[in-house]
Amino acid sequence: MSRETGATRRLWKFHGGVHPPQHKEISTTLPVSAARMPARLVLPLHQHIGEPAEPTVAKGEKVLKGQMIARPQGYVSAPVHAPTSGTIADIGDYPVPHPSGLSAACMVIEPDGEECWMERQPIEDYTTLPPSELRNLIREAGIVGLGGAGFPAYIKYNPGHQKAIQTLILNGVECEPFITCDDMLMREAPGDIIGGLRVIQHALQARECLIAIEDNKPQAIAALRQAVAGYDDIEVVEVPTLYPQGSEKQLIKVLTGKEVPADGLALNIGVVCANVGTAAAVHRAINRGEPLISRYVTITGSAVGAPRNLDVLLGTPMRDLIEECDGDLGRIERLIMGGPMMGFALHRHDLPVIKTTNCILAATAKDLPPQRPELPCIRCGACADVCPVNLLPQQLYWYSKHHNLDKVQEYDLFDCIECGCCSYVCPSNIPLVQYFRYAKGDIWTQEREKEKSDIARRRHEFRQLRIEREKAERLAKRNRKKSALKADTAMAERDKKKAEIQAAIARTQARRQAAMKEAEKRRKSFGKEARGPMDETPQQPDNASDNERKE
Amino acid sequence: MLAAIMVLSALAVIFGLLLGFAAVRFKVEGDPLVDKIDAQLPQTQCGQCSYPGCRPYAEAIAKGEADINQCPPGGETTIMALADLLDRDPKPLNPENGVPQEKTVAVIDESRCIGCTLCIQACPVDAILGAAKHMHTVIASECTGCDLCVEPCPVDCIDMAPIEQDILTWKWPYPENRLEKAS
Ligand code: SF4
Ligand code: SF4
Ligand code: SF4
Ligand code: SF4
Repeated sequence: MSRETGATRRLWKFHGGVHPPQHKEISTTLPVSAARMPARLVLPLHQHIGEPAEPTVAKGEKVLKGQMIARPQGYVSAPVHAPTSGTIADIGDYPVPHPSGLSAACMVIEPDGEECWMERQPIEDYTTLPPSELRNLIREAGIVGLGGAGFPAYIKYNPGHQKAIQTLILNGVECEPFITCDDMLMREAPGDIIGGLRVIQHALQARECLIAIEDNKPQAIAALRQAVAGYDDIEVVEVPTLYPQGSEKQLIKVLTGKEVPADGLALNIGVVCANVGTAAAVHRAINRGEPLISRYVTITGSAVGAPRNLDVLLGTPMRDLIEECDGDLGRIERLIMGGPMMGFALHRHDLPVIKTTNCILAATAKDLPPQRPELPCIRCGACADVCPVNLLPQQLYWYSKHHNLDKVQEYDLFDCIECGCCSYVCPSNIPLVQYFRYAKGDIWTQEREKEKSDIARRRHEFRQLRIEREKAERLAKRNRKKSALKADTAMAERDKKKAEIQAAIARTQARRQAAMKEAEKRRKSFGKEARGPMDETPQQPDNASDNERKE
Repeated sequence: MLAAIMVLSALAVIFGLLLGFAAVRFKVEGDPLVDKIDAQLPQTQCGQCSYPGCRPYAEAIAKGEADINQCPPGGETTIMALADLLDRDPKPLNPENGVPQEKTVAVIDESRCIGCTLCIQACPVDAILGAAKHMHTVIASECTGCDLCVEPCPVDCIDMAPIEQDILTWKWPYPENRLEKAS
């Protein structure tokens, strides 16, 4: 299929895909050069997926080029390094490149112009290091996926319990229109890419390496083929241009024919993907001891006079770059970070370049499809035909539109990679991806709120139990007191009874004696006939007092 | 200051452990319908539904004594969920119970707090930490924004501050309808 070397490699196809206009030539005519040093660098603490980094230096402190200025917090996190030497001018909230247009915590560096490096410690021979050590160095260097998502790279370079993986794929596909930073990197620094590839291969103990490049980048293919000549475990694979081939699961399908399970990782089928830019960053980190402080950025779009790629220090304001490329800020209709398919619109020009900024698209109406009014879905099925994940976008749309969050998940909303193919072909101009992003966000928010309310419920129940317990304790205390009191009165009563009994006995005895005396008297006065009953009478009180005593 | 922080963190840890323990140990075996209704309520425990908390309101709904549109913090989402659960027609929130408001969190002005503990007694979720005569503070992550601690404070040092959106909690808005805008 491919010409020259890899003639035997069979390629597969993924479902759907589209061919949007490329617009790539415009930014590949000039060689890459370093961007001018800006007056200030603004470095967000959260340039990656995961927890934000935490500053390790204070405002006013001097920092060296390459020095870590914020350390990772937690497992999924990445540090931030000073892109040049200078002073920390501020630590605080600044606007960041994010679809929300909100501000977030940033560190601001005022460069001193010295470019004074910290002490760099290149690794002489990375093959002598255990893979875990390599991963740690990659983490320390702040490397995240430079292809777009910004996932901390070191986590991916872990074969886990498998100890070794089958295939390492370097992704040089760059299928999104306008973007050419990977193309230019492959043309200009193929050695760095291969250097990084070898390090990652060692970390993963990967048996074979494939470098995938779309056939619209012949110079990049030639440069890399030359760089790998003589290595038989690395193959440069030319793949036919088709959007969104650069998406990981789609690329794996094309190269290996294997499907990554919907809820699984590529690792599960023995494959790991890395972007070519990430590989070059790994090379610099390990073989030169330089952390991730700069990247290639494409500055393009019709509002830019001389579109090109620049090697940009992280934290550089986009406005400086647009101006450096003869851009006209006033002509920009939409400023997009990323490409027209998957990028997002920015709210201002002075936002800093971050680790995931691959392209700044200063677009005029000419560059973007016209925004036409949304019409009702005609159920043509065009969206389903192009969906690379084989979803039913029209169904997802229907349920997202009507806030049916259960149903939309039944139709596998979370498998959607937001590639935008469906929106691109929809004849009714429905912004399908916007509906899907909205629905995903809504589901996440609801889950967060559910979690929060569960915690509140537990805390509330716990509080009520506590209050009840305290009440019970108070009650018990009171009862104890009461029963103690009762015990006292019982005692007193018993004493009283005893006394009464005594009194009763005394009374009876007194009566008996009195009666006996009386009887004596009577006997004396009336004679024998009164005797019988009189003899019994005195015994009655005796019996009675007996009974009383028994009680 | 450091000691205070340590004491507070220690307290937080202890309460956390107790909570976990309580959740397992004292699991309330209640009416399953009430549980299901209660699960849909936001657990703000603010009492705006005119019941002394979410669970009593859930019980009242289960008994048919209360309608499903009396919880302002839950708003439309809760009403829809309840309507779905109980197979009833959704209806708009009863304005007598209040209107849905932006989510807030209590903030104690620690310089003015006299340590009277009245707010602690009012908080339905034990989200306020502090000992008698010492400065009190709100555990923001546990505060439901129910407002109940504001009123009892004798020196008026508790404010309800809106929860600011950040890039982690932000979500994509519902697409505006360009058709309506165009026509
Ligand atoms: S492409 Fe558009 S109109 Fe056609 S089925 Fe999909 S959503 Fe409906
Ligand atoms: S955006 Fe989602 S639904 Fe639309 S084509 Fe891409 S993967 Fe399919
Ligand atoms: S109004 Fe809602 S949140 Fe407040 S107590 Fe009633 S059910 Fe709970
Ligand atoms: S701190 Fe105040 S507002 Fe927050 S949950 Fe407790 S009582 Fe309600």
